[in-house]
Amino acid sequence: MLARPATRLNPMDLSSMGVGSSIPFLNTDEVLVDGQPVAVVVAETIEAAEHAAGLVEAAYETSELSADFGAALGSATPVKGMPVGPELSGRRGDARAALAKAPVTVDLTFTTPQQNHNAIEPHTTTAWWEGNRLTVQEGTQNLDWSRKVLARAFGVPATDVRVVSPFVGGAFGGKSKVWAGTIIACLAARVVRRPVRLALSREGVYRTVGGRTPTRQRVALGATADGHLTALVHTSVSRRGRVGGGPEQIVACSLDLYDADTILAEQSIVELDLMSNTAMRAPGETQGTYAVESAVDELAVALDLDPVDLRLRNQPGERRPVSRARYSHRRLAETLERGRDLFGWADRPAPGTRDGATLVGWGVAAAIHPAWEFPANVRLTAEVTGQVRLECAFHEMGMGSATAVTQVVADLLGVDPADVAIGYGESQLPTGPGAGGSAQTASIAGSVEKACARLRTRVDALAAKAGRPAGSPVADVLAAAGQPSLTVQVGADDGPRAMVGQARFLGKMLVDSRRWKRAATGAHYCEVRIDADTGELRVTRWLGVFDIGRVVNPRLASSQLRGGIVMGLGMALGEETIIDPRSGRIMNPSLAEYHVPVHADVPRIDVVTLDDPDPTMPLGIVGAGEVGITGVSAAVANAVRHATGRRLTELPMTLDTIHG
Amino acid sequence: MSTIGYAVPASVEEAVATVAATPGAVYLGGGTNLVDLVREGIATPSLLVDVTRLPMDRIEAADGGLLIGAAVRNTDLAANRVVRERFPVLSQAIVMGASGQIRNMATVGGNLLQRTRCLYFYDDGAPCNKREPGTGCGAAEGSNRMGAILGASEHCVAVHPSDLAVALAVLDAQVEVLGPSGPRTVALADLHRLPGDTPHLDTTLAPGELVTAVRIPSLPMARRSRYRKVRDRASYAFALVSVAVALDLDGGTVRGVRVALGGVAHKPWRATVLEQRLTGGPAGDAAFRSAAEAELAGATPGRDTAFKVGLAVRTVTAVLRQLRDEGGAA
Repeated sequence: MLARPATRLNPMDLSSMGVGSSIPFLNTDEVLVDGQPVAVVVAETIEAAEHAAGLVEAAYETSELSADFGAALGSATPVKGMPVGPELSGRRGDARAALAKAPVTVDLTFTTPQQNHNAIEPHTTTAWWEGNRLTVQEGTQNLDWSRKVLARAFGVPATDVRVVSPFVGGAFGGKSKVWAGTIIACLAARVVRRPVRLALSREGVYRTVGGRTPTRQRVALGATADGHLTALVHTSVSRRGRVGGGPEQIVACSLDLYDADTILAEQSIVELDLMSNTAMRAPGETQGTYAVESAVDELAVALDLDPVDLRLRNQPGERRPVSRARYSHRRLAETLERGRDLFGWADRPAPGTRDGATLVGWGVAAAIHPAWEFPANVRLTAEVTGQVRLECAFHEMGMGSATAVTQVVADLLGVDPADVAIGYGESQLPTGPGAGGSAQTASIAGSVEKACARLRTRVDALAAKAGRPAGSPVADVLAAAGQPSLTVQVGADDGPRAMVGQARFLGKMLVDSRRWKRAATGAHYCEVRIDADTGELRVTRWLGVFDIGRVVNPRLASSQLRGGIVMGLGMALGEETIIDPRSGRIMNPSLAEYHVPVHADVPRIDVVTLDDPDPTMPLGIVGAGEVGITGVSAAVANAVRHATGRRLTELPMTLDTIHG
Repeated sequence: MSTIGYAVPASVEEAVATVAATPGAVYLGGGTNLVDLVREGIATPSLLVDVTRLPMDRIEAADGGLLIGAAVRNTDLAANRVVRERFPVLSQAIVMGASGQIRNMATVGGNLLQRTRCLYFYDDGAPCNKREPGTGCGAAEGSNRMGAILGASEHCVAVHPSDLAVALAVLDAQVEVLGPSGPRTVALADLHRLPGDTPHLDTTLAPGELVTAVRIPSLPMARRSRYRKVRDRASYAFALVSVAVALDLDGGTVRGVRVALGGVAHKPWRATVLEQRLTGGPAGDAAFRSAAEAELAGATPGRDTAFKVGLAVRTVTAVLRQLRDEGGAA
């Protein structure tokens, strides 16, 4: 009944990336990971379903498993990136030789744990079939992947699968792919021939949805005595599940943060009998910036240099250190300098400063996240009433995408935002970009620009016929022409034209990536206070200064950046998925025992944006969703180093790691 | 489908008789722990006997001490003026014990009888001698930063999660219970037990016994008392180590001292070794530290809990120092 999911990537159809795992749910008697559903009970009340599920008996034979990341490091195999997409390696000169010769070096190994998704809204699916047509209501970050993955799984045309997701709820990457709950809800609905709703419990999210890979990273830096970087070595081991997942771009940040004379960035990966890893806010960059930005701070200590000065001294010029592509717009140095002034860095206390029984430290770290642009098909309709409607199957996860797109349309057409209606969150609309890679708003803006230009051309042609001057207001021209509305479309959803569009997108991505490097960047400054007796750590001040290109809506952008910082504090201070290596079982699948920050852990966070458009991005927009979390753990670790003299190389920085 | 009955008895005697007569019946206080356990399928009661409406919800002054009804809500006890003045350690322990919403619901009796939050106890996919006797202890060799370092056995390394109980231990509280065979009083120190080879038993209560009140004797030195809870985040986390201390000084000499530790054992751990060492001696940092080290000398930490030994020593030492230098206000 269920086709085995394909996990091989087809560049012409990236929806294969939407498969959460290769597990053939309920179609196998083999349990591949702990938490794999073995049966589904459908009932008319949740109480009856839960009770019945408790009566299901299953007998298992056990076999050996490999679920201990630390123990499996020796089996890691190298990974390389693809021509387009995230970078996984890079080499400039002979970094190992340069490191051996460097007058000053630091060489550190970092460990980060698995983390799991904890959006407030757990995944919930409602599915029903009408003949062979499937409708699915659920929170998804990728309507297009979702409909195509389900179409393949159930052997129906993608056009017969309708996915409705007007409000996604929190997602952070956890709703980018199709996981067990969705597949099983659709399967059950087909069997019982009625609508079926399947809501994951919090524990269910932990057990059936992927999380962030743990890492073991080495960062070795070589420098001259005056702080010129001569070598940067960044290597990483991560893990995937035997049932899915892949490498995260952990060392990618080392290709752009510093202009070291030599650079070596490499990744390898191990396969474990655990659930697939998956995207979780800035996958890869989050773990990578923690390691690199910690090591750079340690180098500043070794050189007796101010850590901001050391970073400024080693900023790349106009071109990338390894690939030599140009930066479209690089303002990282300005974010560091603005932050230094605004935070009052000149008043940084002496290392190890005590305030009563409390140690005080200040830390700084850089933030970086690449800017992406994905295909976005849009349909734009202008009405004679002056109303405008923009339709695109994009995703509203609570960050204000619909508001931002409304603003973009209103600005480009010169109409009042109140006259702009937006259709989104439903797969029957023109195919939108996934809400991932911080790319949604910029991607849509690019297509809206094109649509507005097309509309203008069509309106001007109408105007000429109606004897009106070019550039007349759209509604006036439609009235004069006696036409109730005019619709233009950018991009095709299915068929040969869609294939052409996909080929064009890949080609443009390849050309762009050789020509330019585009990224959101930033600088974090923070203060920590540590109880000298217990090692309890509190973050007491935070400032983030960011370059995210043009800021479409300051309130929404600040919220995104601030949210990234809060999530980064979780990674720094408490988040760790505890896995019992004997069973591969997650032991803390709850908000009580998996420690995200509570309000009392989060200080006031000041966020500043440069608001300087990137000339190569649509409307100058660079995404804001992920850059905020990058560098956060390093800023905290660097403040801890400043307060205590101890370099922590393991996350989370719980009190036992601080006090030793 | 299994259903759970719910009864509201008219008197304490009726509550006890109902539970005694009904297999699978249990007392229900604020439900802040029991309802979770039922939801998780760990507790499977046949009948919930709600004791929150019984006339045991008063806080009364008695002989310089207090008589606290078992159904008194944690919020009311923490806010009580006499408690805050004479027994600050108790008020502080409650406030650090849970969020405001939980404290509004939780009762004194229920708080004492809450069950461990050991990850392996909560996971019905893992072995646990406390949840299912004879299945083994998954936590002993498992991933377990929260485990016991004192008084544990090979059968169980769980810790008791209550903060309130630690403060009551330091105050020498007495627990009044009513059972099918009548009333009796048990010292709080003897209410909870070490796991031994019967870790499924958290307390020494006989089946059907109901906690009706907690009696705190007069203790003038408790005016200089303090509770310190060390945990993995600022709020909404159980103690890695907690410390309740009352200190009585005569100049630079310790006239009296009481210390109890939480987060380290299957029961609130009264630090009798430390108390004996310090009493009558100098109230100096070195004495505090060496007495704390002596108390923890018998610790048997597991793989993930070695840090708790030093943490307990430093926390006890710090709280003694702070009480000496600053008095009781937190």
